[in-house]
Amino acid sequence: MTVMLLETAFNPWQALDAYQQQSAALKGKYGAISVFVGVMRDFNQGDPIASMYLEHYPGMTEKQLQQIAEQAGQQWPLLDQLIIHRIGEVLPDDTLVLTAAWAAHRGDAFDACRFIMETLKSSAPFWKKETLVSGQTRWVEKNSNGYLSQP
Amino acid sequence: MSIKVRYFANLKETVGRSEDELQIETPLSVRTIWQHLHPEVMLPETLLAAVNMEYVNLDATVSDGDELAFFPPVTGG
Repeated sequence: MTVMLLETAFNPWQALDAYQQQSAALKGKYGAISVFVGVMRDFNQGDPIASMYLEHYPGMTEKQLQQIAEQAGQQWPLLDQLIIHRIGEVLPDDTLVLTAAWAAHRGDAFDACRFIMETLKSSAPFWKKETLVSGQTRWVEKNSNGYLSQP
Repeated sequence: MSIKVRYFANLKETVGRSEDELQIETPLSVRTIWQHLHPEVMLPETLLAAVNMEYVNLDATVSDGDELAFFPPVTGG
């Protein structure tokens, strides 16, 4: 189980591959990896976005992410969990977050990965400040429910 | 007795600083501390708080040496 905060851009697929390569305990044991990758859009709420700053609460953020990964491990029979989240200045197309769950069976991997991501969205102390192409800045007030058409 | 109070995101801009050091004589609730430090700023409806990096409700007690943090709804991921 690993939690990482990165200040520079990263390739989620390379990070995932590197993590898995160095984990001898996973070899031959997992039948499913469920992975979520969240990426920065160049638009939000109808406006073109130039960049974004990801503020966080050092110490609490890591603690919360660790707790989320642990909770997932208590609810599903997982072999491993990985969470990587960007902090600082990010640009459109940058990966913002990667969550991954390894399990013997797909149902556990799917459900745990979704749980990790949704719980992160609602409780990990990160805040986004957008810089619009116009130069205006604004804080993102709340996370969406994750669907284009919201009820 | 002393507690450290921290602010994040737009709340930091609203109060104009990132932290306060507060001397208290007895343990106080999170809500009371906000009202004491910011009598001019109404308690934001969506305000979140953490004591020693764990979420608490606004009626939780803050004691000597604690770190209290105030912040708006989180928007990570």
